Amino acid sequence: MSITTSRSADGSELVISIKGRFDFSSHQAFRDAYEGAGGADVNYKIDMSETTYLDSSALGMLLLLRDYAGGDKAHIQIVNCNSDVRKILTISNFEQLFKIVA
Amino acid sequence: MKRESPDDFQSEGVIANRNLKILIADDNLTDRMILQTLVKKQGHQVVTAVDGQEAVELFEVESPDIVLLDALMPRKDGFEAARLIKDAAGEQLIPIIFLTSLSDAESLAKCLEAGGDDFLSKPYNPVILRAKINAFNRMRQMHMTLQQQRDQIADHNRHMLHEQQVAKSVFDNVAHNGSLSAPNIKYLLSPLSVFNGDVLLACMKPSGGMHVLLGDFTGHGLPAAIGAMPMAEIFYGMTRKGFALTDIIREINRKLKVILPVGFFCCACMVDLCLDQEEVEIWIGGLPEFVLRRGSDIQMIKSNHLPLGILSSEGFRTNTYRMEMKYGDRLYMWSDGIIEAANAHGDMFGDARLMQLFKSAPEGASLYEKIREDVLSFIGDQQASDDLTLIELTMMPSEDLIEEGKDNVRASSIGPRDWKFSYELRGESLRDFDPVPVALNLVMEVPELRSRSGEIYTIIIELYSNALEHGLLGMDSAMKSTSDGFMAYYKLREERLNHLEGQFVRIQADHQPHAGGGVLRIQVEDSGPGFDYGKTDAKGNLEDFSKFSGRGIPLLRKLCRSVQYFGSGNCVYVEFEWFKEAAGS
Repeated sequence: MSITTSRSADGSELVISIKGRFDFSSHQAFRDAYEGAGGADVNYKIDMSETTYLDSSALGMLLLLRDYAGGDKAHIQIVNCNSDVRKILTISNFEQLFKIVA
Repeated sequence: MKRESPDDFQSEGVIANRNLKILIADDNLTDRMILQTLVKKQGHQVVTAVDGQEAVELFEVESPDIVLLDALMPRKDGFEAARLIKDAAGEQLIPIIFLTSLSDAESLAKCLEAGGDDFLSKPYNPVILRAKINAFNRMRQMHMTLQQQRDQIADHNRHMLHEQQVAKSVFDNVAHNGSLSAPNIKYLLSPLSVFNGDVLLACMKPSGGMHVLLGDFTGHGLPAAIGAMPMAEIFYGMTRKGFALTDIIREINRKLKVILPVGFFCCACMVDLCLDQEEVEIWIGGLPEFVLRRGSDIQMIKSNHLPLGILSSEGFRTNTYRMEMKYGDRLYMWSDGIIEAANAHGDMFGDARLMQLFKSAPEGASLYEKIREDVLSFIGDQQASDDLTLIELTMMPSEDLIEEGKDNVRASSIGPRDWKFSYELRGESLRDFDPVPVALNLVMEVPELRSRSGEIYTIIIELYSNALEHGLLGMDSAMKSTSDGFMAYYKLREERLNHLEGQFVRIQADHQPHAGGGVLRIQVEDSGPGFDYGKTDAKGNLEDFSKFSGRGIPLLRKLCRSVQYFGSGNCVYVEFEWFKEAAGS
């Protein structure tokens, strides 16, 4: 598991890429990736192109990010998830909260 | 092999000249006797003939090393005899020295024109005679050495070609045993040498759909073919077992990184044609950009990765393009040999010509034949300087793809489907060992479950986390209601893990096939006190997004057909049922 971030030149977008299993052990790294990013003023993009699996604590972490990013006002996209990851997100109804782009 | 040293040719009379057999033909008895005596004195064996006719006949029988011919003789003169002897000698160098009392330039020239190598004037001078015999013997031996070496080279070459052909048939068995003959694939592969530096692989996935891989190794011939072998093995092996494109490309990269010397790599593109979803997934590294043609619309797909075999696994990226591809849409891929194909003037076929073909073609038409024809007629009689590879993939419903007489479509998914295992983690192992990958790997032996690994991973990890964190460590998920709570939760988890003693978690899995698919049953039991499952069951709600935890059990209920607790709540049992995907549905 590894988490990397990149920010657009004007600072308006933060891309967080998660590689491998996304589970409780990623908690600290995931939190570090977004904390201090600017809360609701930033667009977040979670790149799951290399995320293999996720568990329910990963779902909790995504909700924490959403909370940090302004709750209902948050702009968070989850992009490039594989069909397994997509399925878990769908089952959990996360499409209601996040913009999920395949 | 022993080689003669140059001294052997130069040492006079001792080794090189020993046992030479010399044919002397002269109709003059006296001259013949004198010459015979001189030659014998110099240590050679002599055969004599009285005229040209006899000289030719004796040559056939005696196979002399050097021939001394009088120019003017009855029956056949020396000139005629020389021609016949040279003919009979074939590839062998038989020096012919004319014996003559003539001294005018024209006569002497005639001797050489008739095939003679030199002449010797009468009366004979023994010193000159010896020098000439030695000189011609050296030439004769050099000629023999050259011939031997030439024959050896020819032998080696024959041998090597034979070996390459055997190796090629092994290579073809490994590399080309897939589905390249499927009706949705048209391809051109032109090998520069016996082996092709370009590799084209296609294989049906067990779940329907198809993987295609185009690879272009640096160089061609044997080195490229050696890299292609493990590539093909991994590609076919993992595709048939149901692994995803990204897993396969990652594994191929890992293998090539290990086996290829620095500076050798493989530009490649791997495509997952999801026939039933009308979708395509593409990983591309280092190859020219491709074309996806939908109707008359052209979409370019650019390489966004380094070639395979360069990056270590940590640095290697597997992000892919995913896009819609409707039935009848076509994907074109080629190796740089197509673009760089040059005509007699050295002009290259080039991107512009290729793009023009795509732009001018009628909507929806197959362009494969047109591109192939144009490229081949462009280069004309020129030898292509690189491998030419071109492939056209057409999206079509999977039921149109079942190949007559070929059952490699689904039947090759082998793996145990009827089994049971029990895995118990005790004591210290609970602290620092994660049993989920091991359990997942065992379950993934069932071919049909591999495409569901994401769901099964989530099921196993939820069951195990619950047993460990709630069952054994007595953690309360309610802690995870804030970011700081999350932190505190996992800190406490670690503390309690370190004090864990004399406990166990037992994972039991049982898989049984049935006519339409199969059922995976997983039971996880822990040595903790259990919990009031009636209460907890009701609590979890996937719709309540205000809570950051408590999703585990509801998620299990959605993924599994049943979730049941036993005993004091320290034992949970789930059933996951799967059904075979009908072809084409």
